[in-house]
Amino acid sequence: MKTVTLTLTNPSELYIEGQNVTPDNFAGKKAAEIAALDVWEGKQKGPLGKYFTVEGDGGATAEETKIVLRGDCTRVKRIGQQMTAGEIVIEGNADMYIGGWMKGGKVHVKGNVDSFCGIGMEGGELIVDGNAGHHLGSSPRGEWRGMQGGVIRVAGNAGNDTATFINGGTIVIGGDADIHISTHGEGGTVIVKGNARGRVGGQMVKGDIYVYGTIENPLPGFSMVDEVEQEVDGETARFVHYIGDLGERHPVSRGKTVYANLYTRL
Amino acid sequence: MSELLIKNGFVFDPLQGIKGDRMDIGVKDGKIVEPGALSSPKTIDAAGMTVMAGGVDIHSHVVGPKVNVGRLFRPEDKLFKSPHKSPTCSRMEMGCSVPSTFKTGYDYARMGYVFVNEAAMPPLHSPHVHEEIRDTPIIDIAAMPVFGNNWFTLEYLKNNEIENNAAYTAWLLRATRGFGIKVVNPGGSEAWGWGLNCEHIHDPVPYFDIAPAEIVKGLIETNEFLGLPHSVHLHCNNLGNPGNYVDTIESLKLAEGYAPKNDFGREQVLHITHLQFHAYGGDSWGNFESRAKDVMDYVNAHDNITVDIGQVTLDETTTMTADGPFEHHLRGLNNLKWANVDVELETAAGVVPYIYSPKVKVCTIQWAVGLEIALLSRDLMRTFVTTDHPNAGPFTRYPQVIAWLMSRAARDETMKTFKWLERTIDATSIDGIDRELGLYEIAQMTRAGPAKALGVGNTYGGLTPGMDADIAVYALNPEDMPSDPAMIEKAFSRCAWLVKDGIVTVRDGEVVAEPAKRTVWVDVKVPENAQVQRDIYEHFLRHYSVKLDNYSLFEEHLHNPRVIEVDTTQ
Amino acid sequence: MPKRVENVGCPYCGVCCDDLVVTVSDDGKQILEVENACAIGNQIFHHATGSERVKLPRLRQPDGTYKDISYDEAVDYAAKVLYNAKKPLIYGFGSTNCEGMAAAAKVAERAGAVLDNCASICHGSSFLAIFDNGYPSCTLGETKNRADVIVYWGANPAHAHPRHMSRYSIFPRGFFTGKGQKSRKIIVIDPRHTDTAQVADIHLQVKQGHDYELFDAFRAVVRGHEIPEEVAGIKREQILEVAAIMKKARFGTIFYGMGLCHSDGRNHNVDIAISLTRDLNDYTKWTIMAMRGHYNITGPGAVWSWQYGFPYCLDLTKKDIAHMNPGETSSVDLAMRDEVDAFINIGTDAGAHFPIEAVKHLRKHPWITIDPNICMASEISDLHIPVGIVGVEVPGIVYRMDNVPIQYRKVIDPPEGVISDEELFERIHQRLSELEAEEAAKEQAKVTPEGVRAESEP
Repeated sequence: MKTVTLTLTNPSELYIEGQNVTPDNFAGKKAAEIAALDVWEGKQKGPLGKYFTVEGDGGATAEETKIVLRGDCTRVKRIGQQMTAGEIVIEGNADMYIGGWMKGGKVHVKGNVDSFCGIGMEGGELIVDGNAGHHLGSSPRGEWRGMQGGVIRVAGNAGNDTATFINGGTIVIGGDADIHISTHGEGGTVIVKGNARGRVGGQMVKGDIYVYGTIENPLPGFSMVDEVEQEVDGETARFVHYIGDLGERHPVSRGKTVYANLYTRL
Repeated sequence: MSELLIKNGFVFDPLQGIKGDRMDIGVKDGKIVEPGALSSPKTIDAAGMTVMAGGVDIHSHVVGPKVNVGRLFRPEDKLFKSPHKSPTCSRMEMGCSVPSTFKTGYDYARMGYVFVNEAAMPPLHSPHVHEEIRDTPIIDIAAMPVFGNNWFTLEYLKNNEIENNAAYTAWLLRATRGFGIKVVNPGGSEAWGWGLNCEHIHDPVPYFDIAPAEIVKGLIETNEFLGLPHSVHLHCNNLGNPGNYVDTIESLKLAEGYAPKNDFGREQVLHITHLQFHAYGGDSWGNFESRAKDVMDYVNAHDNITVDIGQVTLDETTTMTADGPFEHHLRGLNNLKWANVDVELETAAGVVPYIYSPKVKVCTIQWAVGLEIALLSRDLMRTFVTTDHPNAGPFTRYPQVIAWLMSRAARDETMKTFKWLERTIDATSIDGIDRELGLYEIAQMTRAGPAKALGVGNTYGGLTPGMDADIAVYALNPEDMPSDPAMIEKAFSRCAWLVKDGIVTVRDGEVVAEPAKRTVWVDVKVPENAQVQRDIYEHFLRHYSVKLDNYSLFEEHLHNPRVIEVDTTQ
Repeated sequence: MPKRVENVGCPYCGVCCDDLVVTVSDDGKQILEVENACAIGNQIFHHATGSERVKLPRLRQPDGTYKDISYDEAVDYAAKVLYNAKKPLIYGFGSTNCEGMAAAAKVAERAGAVLDNCASICHGSSFLAIFDNGYPSCTLGETKNRADVIVYWGANPAHAHPRHMSRYSIFPRGFFTGKGQKSRKIIVIDPRHTDTAQVADIHLQVKQGHDYELFDAFRAVVRGHEIPEEVAGIKREQILEVAAIMKKARFGTIFYGMGLCHSDGRNHNVDIAISLTRDLNDYTKWTIMAMRGHYNITGPGAVWSWQYGFPYCLDLTKKDIAHMNPGETSSVDLAMRDEVDAFINIGTDAGAHFPIEAVKHLRKHPWITIDPNICMASEISDLHIPVGIVGVEVPGIVYRMDNVPIQYRKVIDPPEGVISDEELFERIHQRLSELEAEEAAKEQAKVTPEGVRAESEP
């Protein structure tokens, strides 16, 4: 694996849109070619090298390419967007759409990220050591085929609208989550290890949610069915099991209605 | 004005019976002329290429409120799916299954089309339709107001007052700057006002005490009483359901005994649109099957009917129709987002995204039904290419449809992708059809035939001197047709040249000019009718939510009009 | 002889009353009387000729005062601001016609700007819900002619849409509703006992911010499930009663307002309201409608949808493809995050409506206000360009809250020399094209806007 190190030495006045910062785009390119890739600051299209110093060449393929971002990337959007393989490490914070529409590979953010990260994700791994903003692992506007696969892990808290229209994959939030988790969900798993504020699983058809802490405002459309012992994210614990959203439509499989499951830890 | 000479192409012009003769086409002042009439023309070398009149689309949803709902409520239809703006075009081109107005105009032009008949205009929304026409470049557009669920129409026809209905029709065509009589699920969309439907042509319409059959017959009588350019344009009851071919044939039979009466060369009294959606057998999705042959046997035997196919293209698309109850039914099948707009006293509409998947048996049978309709037709001057854009697929897929029609190999290639191939073959006759259409037949189905059926065959759809100089040149050599059907598709996707109104508009598949387009509408002169005037006044006073004086389109909102005049007072 | 102009559309709210009669003085310069309008609509007409109007563009001077300049100079300034900014924002359009919106889009596309309208801070959450869940709706005449159950949820038309109830919903006698109010059940769901709740048969005083839970309960009940004894402050019996009324209706309409759009969950409150409407259509006929605010705030959503496929929050900065994602490309978010470097406020008052932090961020950059009147935005701008008042001085198409286009008339001429929004944007577009041509002619010769910006903070 070859490593390309981008250091933000000449920060932008506005925000940078860096959808070209992916192992897929860097693969097979020399440092100078990478520095010539397009990024946008508003309507101005400039080369990556205008803002970042680029050290190292890309690997032969995306899989063999690792990208390390240094400097304050708080105002850099879309890193790792649509990547299919390889690795990205962001040493500090980053802005929106990090790992958006990811299909494979791994993104590790050591700081915080803003909203829409892991949006439309199909595969791969997005790790955030700090907090995430809103719409984590959510679906893009209007799209009913939300997160399909992959794993998102946020060590801190997440904002609202996590996993809207989730269809598959797993999201683990180490801290608390704001309102709306897995709204319209039709698959996948969301694990909140802290508290959830409310509207957990609203309009949900299928899929699983685990909340270890409390749910401040539970929905009337979820009904308690039993207590179960389950292994979740490597540890076994007892949970109260609810099904819902009873207000929503539900498919029937082998003569049985399939509901979404909500588990709260005992 | 400049002169043009399109030299040495293989010309296909069914309106003149020209079948691939190598000849020159002259253009002067925006009109077709004899080449001898030109003094110093610019020349387009069409040697080895196919020359046809500009394409004419008889049924497509391109402008108006429900099209716009389709655009608005599907941002995902744009995301990663819109092309980047062409540097030769003046505006961005957004959208996929429901393109923006700009993309609509550009894409039709790239395919060599010049005229599109907007399939359903809710009269109350006519200013919206005309605003979108203003923003649609290049192509001429006509729009048909919907009548089949209109309270005036229902009341007049219940009482068999054809003359009053005709006077009202003439008034509404003028008020909306409309083109002809569109009927969508007659009676059914009014029933939808109460959440109901009229699935069969003898089901009574709630309150109005009239059946769909009487609405259709009454509107045919109205249409021929007025002598409009186009015939009644019917979207039958019970669209999309297994076993509906019975209702369709019953609807077709309603035209029996009627003969066309008009000065526009139209020979049919009834146009049945997107026939594919109406030619199904079986009584459930389990035993769903094609009944295209039964329906086409009837169509082939009856000269006073024309049809368009409504070909399923196996894409993700956006369905939209004034058939409100159908869209509600559809959203129950696929559980996707659903928009609905019931329009007071007039009509309804619904919009639902839909994915026609080659992995789904019903979809692949639908695909076969559309092609069967075309390939079983004995008169391609009465059978037209459409996808009921965007319902069965976007209009941008016409080149693919043409390739399927022209090439058995193209059909086989597509069928290889079917998950339920055997069942599709069993449920249809598609595998037994070897017919491959030629360029002349494609010209019939995509320009000459639709232009004639619309009653605009004196202006569009042909290359006779005096007609509009709308000429498409395709990089296809009829003496050396490519064996690879993908090449046919490519040639029809991006024409080599499009001349619109005498102006070179597309060159090598790129839009290079955006000439002024027209709004085509029909102005009918009828005798004063005090009764109808009073009825209009009353309904606006009591039941409409807008004032009568604000309902009729203001002249300033009509853009580049081309009026077709009909005088019934003579 | 004073002239009476009939069938005049009202440039106030989304009800778009088109039955106003306006009497204009002999010389065509004064509006004497306005009939049929509500108090607010009335005031808009009288204000046009009864107050001192700004008749020339005004450019901020070093001492903080405004100086009159010509339209040519203003057009040049605006074009240069747009041309030189990396990411200009053009926002507003609550109060102009569709012709102006179409012309503004042309400018935004050419300039590479973000284009947004007041829905961004109003019914934008409705758009988000419509994207996700659709919109089973109808025209207002349908409600008038058919509805026997009306729900106002988080809306107070008695104050915000004064003639809504009398023209379309509660009181009118329609084709199948000949008995007017007597033939209808009125349900108001609102945390406050509003004047609208006053005329309701049933008022559910939902706990503020918990509408989503109440909708969820309704949906569960409609599907025959049990619900807790109390949800969102409403007793189970009442929920069951109202659910039964909704299921038994012949035709119902849910009108909803800011109570859903601007409380916790925003778009999700609307989204689940749409889900409930979908559910009810399995039993009978139900429709839903957003109580859109300004008379033509539905307009930009329509115009930009047919031009780009997006109703609001359009990022056109790439010039060859449009991008929309409210939360990122929405005006207040852009301002708060300092994402834009020039601002045009048109036909609205961002100075009054935006959070003060957003205003402060925007004020760091050039700010142009286009509006017939003096407002907070015009007073903190670098340039204020007056235009004619649509519906009074400028005709055009507007879209009512139910998406029905209404053709508005003009009743008087604008003050001498004052142009329309459409003409202004066409001229800015023309100037932008010239600047592009100049740029192409001499590489890198960037021009800076003339005029000096004030130092003072808002």
